[in-house]
This record gives sequence, C-alpha cells and structure tokens, in this order.
Amino acid sequence: MSTTIEHVACTFCGCVCDDIVVEIEGSRIAGVRRACAVGRGVLDEYDPEVRRPLLRGREVEWEEAIEAAASILVRADSPLIYGLSSSAVEAQRKAVELADRLGAIIDTTSSVCHGPTGLAMQAVGEATCTLGEVRDRADLIVFWGCNPAASHPRHFGRFSLTPKGTHTPNGRKDRTVFVVDVRPTGSSKQADHFLQVDVGADYEVLTALRSLVKGNDLAPGPIGGIPVSQLRDLVDRMKTCRYGVVFMGMGLTMSRGRHLNVGELFSLVTELNEYGRFSVIPMRGHGNVAGADQVLTWSSGYPFAVSFARGYPQYGPGEFTAVDVLARGEADAALIIASDPAAHFPRRAAEYLERIPTIVLDPSESLTARIAQVVFPTASYGLDAAGTAYRMDNVPIFLRRLLTSGRPTDEEVLDRIIEAVK
Amino acid sequence: MGEPLTLITGRTREQAIGMHKGKTSPEYRQATARAEMNADDMAHLRIQAGGIVRLSTAVGEVELPAQAGPLPRGLVFVPLGASANLLVGTETQGTGMPSFKGVPVTAELA
Amino acid sequence: MLGVLGGRVYDPRNGSDGETRDIWVKDGRVVSPEEVDRQGAEIVDATGLVVMPGGVDIHSHIVGAKVNAARKFRPEDHRGAERARTGAFRSGSGLTVPSTHLTGYLYAEMGYTTVMEAATAPLVARHAHEEMADVPIIDKATFITMGNNHFLMKCIRDGRHEMARDYVAWLLGASKGYAIKIVNPGGVENWKWGSNVGELDDEVIGFGVTPRQILETLAQISDELGLPHPPHIHGINLGRSSSARTSIETMAALDGLRAHFCHIQFLSYGKGRGGVHTSEAVAIAEAVNAHPDVTVDVGQLVFGSATTMTSDGPLQHSLHRTTGSKWMNVDVEGETGGGIVPVFYKRTNPINAVMWRTGMELFLLIKDPWKVFLTTDHPNAGCFTSYPHVIKLLMDRDYRAEVFEGIHARARKGSVLHDLEREYSLYEIAVITRAGPARALGLKNKGHLGVGADADIAIYQEMDDKAEMFARPRYVFKGGTLVARDGTVVADPPGRTFYVAPSYDPGVEKDIRRHFEATYTVSFENYSMLSQHVTHEEVIACG
Repeated sequence: MSTTIEHVACTFCGCVCDDIVVEIEGSRIAGVRRACAVGRGVLDEYDPEVRRPLLRGREVEWEEAIEAAASILVRADSPLIYGLSSSAVEAQRKAVELADRLGAIIDTTSSVCHGPTGLAMQAVGEATCTLGEVRDRADLIVFWGCNPAASHPRHFGRFSLTPKGTHTPNGRKDRTVFVVDVRPTGSSKQADHFLQVDVGADYEVLTALRSLVKGNDLAPGPIGGIPVSQLRDLVDRMKTCRYGVVFMGMGLTMSRGRHLNVGELFSLVTELNEYGRFSVIPMRGHGNVAGADQVLTWSSGYPFAVSFARGYPQYGPGEFTAVDVLARGEADAALIIASDPAAHFPRRAAEYLERIPTIVLDPSESLTARIAQVVFPTASYGLDAAGTAYRMDNVPIFLRRLLTSGRPTDEEVLDRIIEAVK
Repeated sequence: MGEPLTLITGRTREQAIGMHKGKTSPEYRQATARAEMNADDMAHLRIQAGGIVRLSTAVGEVELPAQAGPLPRGLVFVPLGASANLLVGTETQGTGMPSFKGVPVTAELA
Repeated sequence: MLGVLGGRVYDPRNGSDGETRDIWVKDGRVVSPEEVDRQGAEIVDATGLVVMPGGVDIHSHIVGAKVNAARKFRPEDHRGAERARTGAFRSGSGLTVPSTHLTGYLYAEMGYTTVMEAATAPLVARHAHEEMADVPIIDKATFITMGNNHFLMKCIRDGRHEMARDYVAWLLGASKGYAIKIVNPGGVENWKWGSNVGELDDEVIGFGVTPRQILETLAQISDELGLPHPPHIHGINLGRSSSARTSIETMAALDGLRAHFCHIQFLSYGKGRGGVHTSEAVAIAEAVNAHPDVTVDVGQLVFGSATTMTSDGPLQHSLHRTTGSKWMNVDVEGETGGGIVPVFYKRTNPINAVMWRTGMELFLLIKDPWKVFLTTDHPNAGCFTSYPHVIKLLMDRDYRAEVFEGIHARARKGSVLHDLEREYSLYEIAVITRAGPARALGLKNKGHLGVGADADIAIYQEMDDKAEMFARPRYVFKGGTLVARDGTVVADPPGRTFYVAPSYDPGVEKDIRRHFEATYTVSFENYSMLSQHVTHEEVIACG
C-alpha cells in the first residue's frame, strides 16, 4: 500500500520547491517526482530508522543523553550554539531560547554563507522582491558569483530563466540573461552574455558599473578582465529594462572584499531604481537558513553572530561568528544543530571542536557527530518533522510531516535540554 | 618547482548529491577529493589528466587528482569538503567568513 | 477571584468618569457583584488610584516580515537599547524596532494589553503569526493588505463583486487576519512599474481599475461581510502636499460606508513654499467631524529616532531620496510591496516640525474623542513607548506650549495651536487609548471594565507629570493576572491572537486556485494557514 502526497516542500536549498510529489510506502519514501537531482537525495536517501542517542560513542537512553548534554552546557563558561539552517523555525526558536538562558554565543551557517550579505544590507540597504515578481516581471536577469545550475537546479525552471509569467509570456525569449563569474559554469552556458571577471576583481567591476550608471566616462581597457564596452552594454540594458533582478552568491561573499563587494552591488541596484525598477536576491543555500536569520533577528535584534554572555544580545561579526570563536579557542562547549562544521569549516576551526565537549542534533551521520560527545539522531524537517522554512526570498513555506518515524524533533530535544538546564 | 596560482572552492552538484549518501560515502569522498585546473597550467606543471597535484597554501597542503576544467589560467578549483578545508585559513577579516575563494596557492606535480 | 477596590475608575464605555468603584474579576473576566466571593480573593487596594481598562493600540508595526527586516537592517538602533535576561524573562534589544519578547514586555509595562499589527501581506502572514507567538502578554491581531491585490483588481475590472467578496473572506481566513488593510491603493502596483498614483481616478497599470474603485469595493465588502473592524485605510499621496485634498476626497467617496483612516497626520498636508508642506489639520478635522462613519488614528510625530516602514513602496523610495538614509524595498508578488527608511525627526527641521504640529492640531480639533485615537504609527512617526509623552502633550497645555515654542519658526507660523486651549481629561484619554479604539475594532471585551470584559486593567498613581504617570502604572493586569508592577514586568503569560473567519462560497476556491497556478510561486495548498498554526487563537465573530 502506498500513499501519494502532493505539494511537498523540499528543504535542500533556498528554493524550497513546494510542488514535489512523494510516494510513501510504510515508513519509507518509495518515490519522488519533480524534485531536482540534488533535492531528490534529501527525500530518497533519508533513513528514518529510530536510533538511540550516543554518549561518547555508546548508545544510551534519551534521558541520559539529555542529562549529559545539559550538564556539559551548564558547566561551560562560554558555550557556542551553531548551525540551525537545516532545521525548522520551531527548533530555531528553542535554540535561541536556550542560548539566552545559557548566556551562550549563537551563530548560524549564515556566517559562512551570506553573513557578509547581511553586513552589506545593514550598511547600504537592499532593494529586493519575491521570486514571483522575478518570474512575472523581470526582463533582465544577472547572476553574479552564483551557479544555480549546480546549487539551485530548479531555480531556472521555476523562477528566473524559462517560466512563463504575466509579463513574460514567452518565457526564456522575454528575458536577457547575464552571468558574471570567474569561470564558465553550467549557468553561464545558459546565459545570453557571460562576463568573466578576474578573481578578486568584483568590487572594481561593480564600482565601474556604478560609475557608468552615473554617466561617467571610463578609460578604455578592460576592468577586472572585462572590456569596458561590455560593461557599458550591461549598464545600458540595466537602465532601460522594465524590471531587472540580480541574483548573487558566494562568488561575492567568499572572496576578497566580502561584504564590501556585496555592498557595492546593493548600492548599484539601489541606484538603478532611479531609472526603472531593479531588485537583488541573495541565493540562500540551505533550506531554512533564511529562517535562522529571521528567528534570531526577531528574538535578539540581530541575524547571526550573537552573544548573550552579558545577559543581553550583542552583535559581533568576526567576534561571535563560529569560525572565529573556534579558531581563537574561545568556546568551551558546542551545541551543533543540523549542520556539519567539521565537514565545512577550515581545518583549524573544525579541529578545535574535537578538543571541547560537543553535542550534535542531526538526522544524518555528520562528520561533526563522529567527534561529538553526545549525539541526538533527530527527525528531519519536512520529512518526519513538520514546521516552517523560509525560502531565499523570505517567504515562509509550510513543511508537512510525511513520515511518522518516531524520531524526536530538534524542537523536542532542545525543549528537554532547556528543561534540564533550568 | 611550484606555480603560484589562485584557489577557489565551491559547491558542485556531485558534492551535494554525495552528501545525501553520507559524508563517509565513497561518492562524497570522490566528489570532494579532486582538483580542477586549466589545461595549459596542467601541461606547464607536467600533470597528466588524473595525475596528482600537490596544492599548498599558507595554512596547509593537500594532494589531489587533477582534471582539466573550463577554468581561466591561474585558477584551481576544489569542491567544498575535507580537502578544501585543509587549504583554507581561519582569518575572516572581521566578518565571520573565511577566504573560501581567492586563496594564493602553490601547485606542483606530486 | 481578584478585587480592585476603591479606585477612581475611568471606564468611558460604561459611563464611569473617575467614580469610585470596585472591580471584581473571576477567570480572567470582570464579573458582577453577585458573583463575588471575597473568601481567598486577591485584593488590590486602589484607593486614590486611577483605574482604566488596559490600553488598546489600533495601529502599530510590531511583528512580521517588514518589522523583522527593519530589525535586521538597523543594528545601530539596538545598541544601547538592550534589556538583559532576568529570571524567566527573555533578553531583547531595539529602540524603535524592539525584538518580540521585549515588545510584549514594553507594552505591558505601559499598561497596554491589546495591539493591532497594522499590515501583513497575506503571502507572509505565517511569518507574522510566528512572531506573534513570541510576543508575550498582549493580545494581538493583524490587518491584511489588499489594496494592490491582483485577484481583487481583476474581479473589480470584470465587475465580479461577489467573487471579490468571497475572495476577501477566503483571504482573511487563509491568512488568519482581522481586517482589510488598504495601503496606497493601486500605487504600490504602479510602483512595480516605477510609477505611482496621485489621484483617486488614476489608472492602475495593467488592470484598468482606479484607487477609487478599490477603496469603494473593499469598504462595501467589509460592511457586507460584517467585519468587526472597517477597512483600515492608508490612502494615496501619503506625505505629499496633495494628501489633505485626496484624504478629504476619499472620505467623501466612502460616504455612508464605515472606514478607519490610519496615521491621518501623514495625510493632512497642503502645498507650502520651498517643499515645506502646510498643515491642513483644520480641513481634515472638519471632514472627520462631518463624516459620522469615519474614525482616525493620528500617527503623532515624536522628535527623535524612528524607522519608517510601510507597504507604500514609492513613498519609501522618495523618503530615501529626500533623506539620503539607507533604503530597503520588497516587492511581494501579486499582493503588495513595502519599504524601510530610518529617520531622525528634529524639532528644528521645518518639515518635521510641521508634521508634529499637524498631529497636535488634529488631536485638538477633532471634537469627538471616540473618533480619534492615539498612535504614533509605531515606529514610523515615533515609538509606542512615547505614548505617555503624547498624553502629557494633550493633557498639559503649558507643556505643549513649551514644546511648540521650541520648534522651527516656519512651523509655528499660522498654527492654530496658539489658540487651542483644550486639555484632554483623564476620561478623554481613556477614550482615545482604550474605549474608542476597542469600539472601532469591534472588540467587545476590550477597552472597558463592564461585566464580561476581559480583566485587562491598568492602575496608575495620579501625578502632575502625566508622562511619568502613564509610563509606569502601579499595577497592570492581563486577563486577571498581574503582569507588571511599577512599570516592571512580573509575569509573561502568552497573549491571544484574534482573527476573523467570514463565510464564503467555497466555489471561489477553484478560481483562486487557477489564479495561483498562473501567478504564484507557492502552491495553493501550502498558502492557507490552519487554525492549529495560530497559538492561543480566538475567532471574533462577524456580522
């Protein structure tokens, strides 16, 4: 007997496609339709088998693991809570409550993703829109330092390249598409124009574009590897399009200049609204990293890098961000929720996690779980845990519970830890 | 002798798909333990397709099988994962974000 | 059982103007003397104290996508405005855009127990509700923006009035909203084309309808559905010199229909010299006095830090251009838009000074206090924490004159404020901060202390300095629970969320679904909120 569930939301990436069809057989997912190759794996490969928590590698009862986790956190002077981007809003709220209670530092995967984007937004503002506006209105699309063909495979088909919208009835034909990147990618192949920028020269190119928008003349000769004539052509299109949208990614946030690159892009987009309408959308990676920003912001005032050590929230990118806290050896315990810093942080920061007592909540076996003292195999959001995830454009999407696995949710485990540390 | 190049790390489809199989799976390992280079740079360093390149940065060193990819001269690409992490430092310049892209790297035939 | 005994009770709805009365409370409600059982009752000796129903804020921006974007946008706003965690109470931060828990504490500590979030786009209503669950103590509800809604504009264009009505009912249910909100009707859609509207009969691009039609249709639908609160209108031309004229035209257009005009101060200007508008408060007050079905809240400007945030996208862009402050904009598919610009209002800035003066004049010229309510359009014209200061301006003409003398000379010139001797009484303050807004909202158990009312009670020590008096109530009860004492929160029970569930012909859903499949990027099936997604819900009846 199999059951079909429609309109399922996939939580792999920031697109949070909510048109997936899933076949359930017993307690397993037997078939997935409409998902992309990457998202499919979230559903297909999930093993909902109930596992007991691990305490220093040994299977224990939940009660014992909760006690152990609470005792680690209570004993710590400077605990770090990190992750959150692959967990539902309900669990994120509990994580912030726990951080507040413990006087902990709390940071999310935003800090190694679009943290610099947040800094830019705080400095210069951000003109943005929801993805439906892109589909319906945008006639000029620029992908800057991002490669949705690899990271957000259905983005092109659902929002930005081919779909037919109210004012884009001919789909792809009604859109002019630019890709700006340091190398040709799967995305640049699908663009009308590919501008190959020198590594680390994004800021320079963006400044040149802002200057051209203002009508200044630039000396001939390429800027950041791009001929000025091509930049001028782009600016002409930007100033005359009906509705332009830039999607931006790690190419800007992870390279030299970081938030300054993004700030330059955001300023450009703001200034283009003098001529027509223009928006920018950061390509958020994890399914609910946008939600992590939202929850931490509504609870503390700040989107990431928050310390409650003084009893009230303090914001400190570079100070309270996880890589820095670990690299400087400041945390003396860590609670990692639905993320895998051991797999994704620079080695020196990841190594430090092995030297302090670390607690992990994760539906799958992460590298961080392998070095953790306490591991809670929890339910996966959107699979055996219901909740909300915020799409890359901050639209909240309802996540159904597809499987009744019997695994506790992150929310439930965090709630029990909160009770135990009281 | 080694050649000074620039390292960028990043997501790939294979790395993401491998991740669902588990980070200890051979798929994930294979997807992340590789380097992509410009063909001319490889020729210059006498690295054959699939040959091993030694990459070293200010913080670490790693040896990876190299393949030619659509990269401009001077760039090396390594997917996000354990190998890339050995090459990326923890300096975040006050932002929380390490330099995952644009790291000076020396490449040589291993 | 709780007894608040011997206080001077200001309960305008029940005609009590400072009379000494006992209030008895059981199970969170005010009860009649017959039900009193003094045995084991908690007694508050309120002898000599001023007893009022808990404050009701008819228009404030405290939760949801726009507010949270502003929080994220303004770390500079939060520094120095933090509150540390104490015991079971959460920490927080934010001066003009406080974090969720802090918002609940601050309102309660000021004696306010019911607050309306003034604008939520239906697409992100789930977000607003998630935040409301994290705002403790106070009861809340949210208005749903509809003035630029595509489905609705198509219905109007095609003359499908019944379909429009069914859609509005469906949409309120789907978003668990409380009332129809209209913001710059048609202007926000036109902004998506880089334009705006300036007249009631301008055309909305791509729809061929006009702001007038949108306003009329929604006001009619609101009455037809029997919504407890009439359409909550932020009209066209906010902040412009044509705003007073179009506000008066809008009131005339809606004559005979119920309507609430929010933060009317921002829409009461005429053309002045050198870009400094004039106050047209006299004309606006006259219009409000003349239209029996119209209520307004003022949106009083308070000098100091503010964060402007509205669904009025083109307005926010023009504010960005005039002030040079950083700007956020969000265009929301098929529904609305919005923007955020931080500002700092200065008494020495002639434009800001005119805005301040306009608000004061409106308060003093609108005759019936049941038609004008105290707001600062938080955090647009000032923070809700400034309400005690605004009360002092209204109750103390010497203080008002002192502030008036300090504002820019151009704003003083020609002001009728010189001649307005009126001072609000405590009774009138209870009307404009409690009884009036509760009545306009159709919240029968709020804003009064009669039998059956929610036992939301604020108890003040009378002082000469009314700002001090209203900033720190001696006791605040919410649903009979003591939640704040001497201006400090002592308990934080969850507040309720009110919404309406008007009935509609379910046949409309197939049309809505078709519209969704063609234009939205979320599934129709995932759009509607279910009642279990709302914490501590209470459905308020229509009709």
